[in-house]
Amino acid sequence: MALQSCVNIKKEWDIVGARQMGRDIAREMGFGTVDQARIATAISELARNIYLYAGSGKVCFEKIDTIEKRGMCMIATDAGPGIVDIGQVMEDGFTTSSGLGAGLPGVRRLMDEFDIKSAKNVGTEIKAIKWLR
Amino acid sequence: MDRNLKRIAIENSDSIVQRWLEAIETLKEGSFTSNISDELFESTNREFVNVIFKSIQAEGSIEAVEVFSEKIITLGWPLSYITDGLQFFRRVTIEFILSQVDKLDSDYFSKVLTGVDNWIEPIIRQLVNEYTGSWEHIVSLQRVALQELSAPLMPVMDNITIMPLIGTIDTERAKLIMENLLEGVIRHNSEVVLIDITGVPVVDTMVAHHIIQAAEAVRLIGSTCILVGIRPEIAQTIVNLGIDLAKFPTKSSLQKGFKSALELTNRQINDLDQGVSDIEQMIQSLKGE
Ligand SMILES: Nc1ncnc2c1ncn2[C@@H]1O[C@H](COP(=O)(O)OP(=O)(O)OP(=O)(O)O)[C@@H](O)[C@H]1O
Ligand SMILES: [Mg+2]
Repeated sequence: MALQSCVNIKKEWDIVGARQMGRDIAREMGFGTVDQARIATAISELARNIYLYAGSGKVCFEKIDTIEKRGMCMIATDAGPGIVDIGQVMEDGFTTSSGLGAGLPGVRRLMDEFDIKSAKNVGTEIKAIKWLR
Repeated sequence: MDRNLKRIAIENSDSIVQRWLEAIETLKEGSFTSNISDELFESTNREFVNVIFKSIQAEGSIEAVEVFSEKIITLGWPLSYITDGLQFFRRVTIEFILSQVDKLDSDYFSKVLTGVDNWIEPIIRQLVNEYTGSWEHIVSLQRVALQELSAPLMPVMDNITIMPLIGTIDTERAKLIMENLLEGVIRHNSEVVLIDITGVPVVDTMVAHHIIQAAEAVRLIGSTCILVGIRPEIAQTIVNLGIDLAKFPTKSSLQKGFKSALELTNRQINDLDQGVSDIEQMIQSLKGE
């Protein structure tokens, strides 16, 4: 597998650290300003969800570099309470923390590919990819 | 016994210092990230070893230790310089004292070890305490400074106030923004307040949510909040997130926002040059007649 860089999420300021690392990788790979902002925002959403709902976890980045496609993959993992109804959390406006409930559906729109795996009391893994065009 | 050891150390301070300076020289590579000049390194080393000797003579806490640790912090040198330096001193001094006797017995050996440890230990404790204490002091001062900077409010004109936000917004800062905004709007009697987010690197749902809540609160106390400085890439991500900012006014730049603020307070900017050229035109036309 490709080389991963990870940031542990434990404190609120780790979100900023994850964002910075992700943005640096995106810039280095040649993503434009708008995509860099989309990537940084998506990282921020996933990392904050970890911080808020799971307490701790990590966000990892991978460069995808094949002949057909180049892109950046982010994987947010935690061993928190998990998400029971995935359909529900992907709806705009659903929130259990009186937030906007825009984070997860937003990340799906900000990125090109999006995948959630979650099990109750086991944890959550969210993977999202942005392709370089 | 201890007095005897101390006498040996002090009488031979020149040789001990010499050995110690050689040992500490090895620290220069490795433990320092920034480049420091040889002169500064040497003079600080000499000061360090003088402080150590002074402290040994004075048997414990002295002001020189305090002054020295402050200097190390001001220079930005790592704590390991202090701890390694004292470890080297311990080793060099023990070796030196032991080399002074012809035949070594284990009793003397252990007495030297404990003796030297007893000199070094209070110095380590005091230096480390001073060092970390000063750092904590600096950090707490910076926290206050940061708080003052984090949500500034500038009354630019009667009834018009600007809050320029620069840098990352975390939950603590978001709270401060709300508090300062409401308190400021009331104190300055602002009809319009412009929140400028040009300097905010990422606007995610948390930041957007707090801004929306702040704007809503400002509306409730009878003023208008205009969000300005929305960079194109931020506008795109806000749309992608599906956040609806339609409920309150937004403007791309501070200038445009300021113009709407003037309009809202029934004012407008008049160009003085424009006035002058109007008069010139009038004069010209009079002449023409
Ligand atoms: N890692 C996670 N572990 C457990 N539950 C989660 C996790 N991430 C999200 N959730 C649940 O999904 C809900 C929706 O998440 P989403 O990020 O879309 O909105 P939100 O965090 O509530 O608000 P915001 O708009 O500020 O992001 C959350 O309220 C939470 O209940
Ligand atoms: Mg969220």
